[in-house]
Amino acid sequence: MSRRPYVRPMKPSWWLGQRRYLLYMIRELTSLFIGLYCALMVVGIFRLGQGKAAWDSFLAALSSPPGIVFQLICLAFAIYHSMTWFDLTPKTMPLRLKGEPVPPKTIVAFHYGAWALVSLIVLIAAGI
Amino acid sequence: MGRSNKPILWLPFAAGGLVAALIIPVLILVTGVLTPLGVVSLPYDKMAAFAHNPLGKLILFGAIAFPAWHAGHRLRMTAHDLGLGGGALVKVVCYGFVTALIVLALISLVLI
Amino acid sequence: MSEEVKLEILRYQPELANEPHLQSYTVPYHEDWVVLDALNHIKDHVDATLSYRWSCHMAICGSCGMMINGEPKLACHAFLRDYRHRTIRIEPLEHFPIERDLVIVMDGFMDKLASVRPYLITNQKRQLGEGENLQTPLQLMAFKQYTLCINCMLCYAACPQCGLNEEFVGPAALALAHRYNLDSRDHGKDERADVVASDSGIWECTFAGACSDVCPKHVDPAAAIQQTKLSASLDWFKSWLRLGAYR
Repeated sequence: MSRRPYVRPMKPSWWLGQRRYLLYMIRELTSLFIGLYCALMVVGIFRLGQGKAAWDSFLAALSSPPGIVFQLICLAFAIYHSMTWFDLTPKTMPLRLKGEPVPPKTIVAFHYGAWALVSLIVLIAAGI
Repeated sequence: MGRSNKPILWLPFAAGGLVAALIIPVLILVTGVLTPLGVVSLPYDKMAAFAHNPLGKLILFGAIAFPAWHAGHRLRMTAHDLGLGGGALVKVVCYGFVTALIVLALISLVLI
Repeated sequence: MSEEVKLEILRYQPELANEPHLQSYTVPYHEDWVVLDALNHIKDHVDATLSYRWSCHMAICGSCGMMINGEPKLACHAFLRDYRHRTIRIEPLEHFPIERDLVIVMDGFMDKLASVRPYLITNQKRQLGEGENLQTPLQLMAFKQYTLCINCMLCYAACPQCGLNEEFVGPAALALAHRYNLDSRDHGKDERADVVASDSGIWECTFAGACSDVCPKHVDPAAAIQQTKLSASLDWFKSWLRLGAYR
């Protein structure tokens, strides 16, 4: 009797098989929308450099229906990125304060606090 | 085997992930929700003044460059996950695209 | 008539067929039975040809890892009562070649464990007269969690990168390396880095986190790998600053 180990190939749709993998893939794909929004910002900076007329037309495009829809999709993915990123941070950098480990929940809460603070600063700067 | 040079890609990716997490949502809120609704406005004078300021340039560059790099690296890894392979083409497309974005942002900001 | 449980088990007998196939069995339901009890019942009373690994029956030896309804689990750790009124599908651990039935080829795994040099590496030999190499409770706490691995390979079955790349050193081996790197008695981080910090080491990981989800001992290999990414990156950075050239 000879050995004949059987190798099961991995399907390209492996990530659809389980909720855990689907959420992972959605998390990874947040980068696509963050990247696209960065491209949008670069276009904006470029238009800003071209003068008032160019900037105003950029603003108009931002506020157009497709512009809003695109940005709302980006926003959803960006928020999912933030939430998953904060949850993962304690694992990458376990902290010790005076010999005792800092609970992961504390590290996560600190990040949410920083998120709120940065957001507030930007909103105030934008003139809310 | 042998030690990889991945850290040069990973450290900015990690920094970019944090920057993106902290600042991108509120930026999209401002440009995609509050401006169309008229709650805030981003008039040319105010924006140009901000972009003229060296600190403003630095902030804008940071808010674009770090998240962009984060996105490029993660997209490269995701392409591999989706079966598109880890070859040269994927790397050139992902890192090339975001490098172009970052360079364009840098040039635009310097020229403003 | 007493309650019964239906199982579908992936069989692979290379001397009989080229491909694996699912075979159905029915076993009596017992409130306190685990899947391993069902397998033992099949082997003892229904079909003696069924092959599978098992030993302790108490989730410490790591032998009986298999896919149960698509999830990597220890067969001794999966209670029939949690799968009540469902067909239980049992397959060998994902991402490993099948030797026979539920037995997978684990040679690659053993090699990967050995490749991270899982032993204390010191730069000074201790003399017997110096006594034991003592550690404070705090020093032990730093790495204790990563000593708990029972080599059950559930993490390799769960990890998508293990499936996509056979060369990936993998969660358990990297957690084991981290166990030694964090040990105050060890000075071998540099030596391990050739494997650990290689492209097939930590850098293949994308922090899906499935490994830590399925670990029956809560070792948290995902955390071990991310921490190693940070420390390896800082070491890499330092080596460039110090030497100006890459070792």
